[in-house]
Amino acid sequence: MYALIALGYTMVYGVLEFINFAHSEIFVLGAFVGVEVLLLLESSGQLATLHPAAILLLVIITAMVISGVAAMALERVAYRPLLGGPRLVALISAIGASFFLQDGLRLFESLWRNTFYLNYPSLDFLDRNLPVTDILVIPVKSLLVIVTALLTLAGLHFFVNHTKLGTAIRAVAQDPDTASLMGVPVKRVIALTFFVGGALGGLAGVLFGIHYSLVNPYTGFVPGMKAFTAAVVGGIGNIPGAMLGGMMLGLLEAFAASYLSLVTDGAFGAEYKDVVAFLVLILILIFRPKGLLGETVREGKA
Amino acid sequence: MNPKLATLALSGYIAVSCLLAFFFPQSALAFLLVEASLLLLFYVPAPEKVKTFLGALVLLILLPILGWVNGYYLEIAIQIGIFVALALGLNIVVGFVGLLNLGFVAFYAIGAYLWAIFGSPQANAFIPGGLFPLSPNWFFVFLLLSIAVGALTGLLLGLPVLRLRGDYLAIVTLGFAEVVRALVNNLDKPINLTNGPRGIAPITKPPLFFQPLLELAGLQVSPAQLYPLYFYFLILVMVFVIILVTRRLENSRVGRAWKAIREDEVAAASMGVPVVWMKLLGFAVGASFASAVGVLFAAKQVFINPESFTFMESIGVLAMVILGGMGSVPGAVIGATGVTILNLQLLKGLSLWLNGLRQSGAELAIPFLGSYSLSQLPAQFEPAKYERMVFGLILILMMIFRPQGLLPPRQEQRK
Repeated sequence: MYALIALGYTMVYGVLEFINFAHSEIFVLGAFVGVEVLLLLESSGQLATLHPAAILLLVIITAMVISGVAAMALERVAYRPLLGGPRLVALISAIGASFFLQDGLRLFESLWRNTFYLNYPSLDFLDRNLPVTDILVIPVKSLLVIVTALLTLAGLHFFVNHTKLGTAIRAVAQDPDTASLMGVPVKRVIALTFFVGGALGGLAGVLFGIHYSLVNPYTGFVPGMKAFTAAVVGGIGNIPGAMLGGMMLGLLEAFAASYLSLVTDGAFGAEYKDVVAFLVLILILIFRPKGLLGETVREGKA
Repeated sequence: MNPKLATLALSGYIAVSCLLAFFFPQSALAFLLVEASLLLLFYVPAPEKVKTFLGALVLLILLPILGWVNGYYLEIAIQIGIFVALALGLNIVVGFVGLLNLGFVAFYAIGAYLWAIFGSPQANAFIPGGLFPLSPNWFFVFLLLSIAVGALTGLLLGLPVLRLRGDYLAIVTLGFAEVVRALVNNLDKPINLTNGPRGIAPITKPPLFFQPLLELAGLQVSPAQLYPLYFYFLILVMVFVIILVTRRLENSRVGRAWKAIREDEVAAASMGVPVVWMKLLGFAVGASFASAVGVLFAAKQVFINPESFTFMESIGVLAMVILGGMGSVPGAVIGATGVTILNLQLLKGLSLWLNGLRQSGAELAIPFLGSYSLSQLPAQFEPAKYERMVFGLILILMMIFRPQGLLPPRQEQRK
C-alpha cells in the first residue's frame, strides 16, 4: 500500500527533484472517485449484475484517469509558473495546493452527498478469504493490493526503461536542458510524469478505499507522510527503492503494532506505530540521506 | 501627502472608528475599522513620533477600553497577539535563516504543556507530595524556563537534521511535530504525563500581582473582568519584547550571518560563517519564542488538549509569515493579524451572513438565469469550515504572484 503511493512521489521527484506535497490529496481524490463510481453503479443497480473483474477494472481506470488529469492540472496551475524558481517556493505552493484540494473535495462532497465521510459499498467477492493452508488464510482484499502493487511495479519498470516516453522521462530527469536540446518536449514530459504519478496515486486511493472502506478528505495526510517516508527510505527517485521502502515500512509498522507492547511490557502499545515510522524516517535521513537504494540513481545505473 | 494633514486624518479616522466600535459593540465591521487603523498607521507618511504616539494610544488605551465594553474584542486581540508572536518566531527560522520548518507548532505545544502539567494538578500523578498545582507566582519562572526548554528542544531536533537539504528538512520537522503530537496524545500511560486526548484542566492563571495597587487606587475589579485585560497586556509586552529582540538580532552579526546562509550557504561558509551553529541558533531562537507563547496560551485557555497543536496550526502560522513577507518583521505582524482576522472574523461573519440570508428566504434575481431562492442555499456552504481552502489559496497565489510577500524586507528592495 505505502509502496504504491510512494511510487507516485518517486516519479515526480525523480524528474523534478521536487516533493509533490499534494500527492496525498491526489491519492484521496482517487479514493473518492472510486467510491463515487461504485455508488453510481450501485444506484443504477448494475453492481450486482456486472462481472466483479469488470467493476474493479472500471473503478480503477476511472480513478486513475481522473487522478492523473487532476495531477496534470495541478502541475499546470500551481507548479509550472514556479519552475526554475527557488525550491522552497514550489514546496510551499504544493502545501497550499494540498490544503486547497482537501477542502475543495470536502466542499464538493458535502454539496453532492451531504456528507464528506463516504463508505465504500461492500463487494462480496472481495470480502471472501482464501484459505492457503489450515492456519494461513489470506483475505482477497489483501491479495488484490499485493498483486496490483507488483503488477504496477513491473508495468512501471517496463514503461520507464523500455519505452520511448520512459526514455524521455529519464532524460529530463538527468538533465532537462540537454534533453530539450535533443528534441525532448520537456514541459510535456513533465506533465506526463505528473499524469503517471497521479494515476498511480489514484490507483492507490482506490485500493485504500476498498481495503479500509471509509474515506474522508483528510485521510490522505498520514498515508501521504508515510509513503513519502517509504520513498525516502528506499532512495527517492528510485522506483524499486520506493517499493522496497514501502514494504519495509509496512512490515515495520505491523511489527511495531503487535510487538511494541510485548517488548516494553505493555507500556507502549500499538498507538506508537506512527511514532516509530517517523523516527525511522529521521534516522534514515541522518545516516543514509540518499536512502537504501539511493546510490544507484546517482551513478546513473538504474 | 502633507504629513500634518496625514496626522490629522489619521487621528480623525481612529477617533471615528473607535466611537463606532464603542457605540455598536455588536458590529464586527466597526471593530475591523479599528484594526485597520493600525494598518493605516504603518503606511501613512506621518512623522515617526506621531505614529508611535498614535499607535501606543490605540494599543494601550483605546483597545482596552473597547475590550472592556465588549470582551470579544479583547479575545480577538489576544488571539492576534499570540499568532503575531508565533509568526515572528517562525519568521526567524523561515525568513531569516531560510529553513522551512513545518513542525513549528511542536515547540508551541511543548511550551504549553510545560506550564499545563506543572500549573495544574496533573503533575501530582507522577511527582508525589501533592505539591501541584504550583502557585500562580511560578508562572513567570516557567515563562523563562520555557524559553530555555524551547531552545533546548530546538537544539536537540536541529543537531541531527540541520545537515539535510531544504525539502527534507521540511519533511523531518513535519514528522517531528507529528511525533510530538502522538506522544502528547498517548502519554497518559504508563505514567500519566499529559492526560492523553482528554487534555489538561484547570491550568493556573498568572498572578494578579497588581491587584493590591488597584485596590489602593480605590478600584474594585473582579478577577473575571481583570484577566482578559491582563492577558492582553501580557501578550502585548511579549510581542513587544519579541519584536525588539528580533530587530536587534536582525541587524547584528548573527542576523547578517543568517541572511548570508539563506542567500547562499556555500558562499557563507567560505566567508567564515559557522553555518551549522548559526542555523542551530536560528532554530533555537524561533523555538524558544514559540515555547514561551505556548506557556501564555496554556494559562489563557485554562484547558488544553492535543487538538490545539495540529499540522493545521503550523501551516496557518506559515501562511501568515508568507503572506506578510518572509524575513520581514512588520510583514510577519501584518500577515498574522490579517490571517487571524480573516479566520476569526471575516469567515465567521460571512458564515453568519449567509445563514441569515438562508433564513430570510429572499429571492435573488440573477440576470438571464431567473430567480433563485436563497433558502435553497446549501447548508454546507459555510466559509468558516473551509479555512484550509483559504490558506491553501493564499499560499499558492502568493507563491505565484508575489513570492516576496506583502511587505518584503527593506534590504531586499534596495538590491
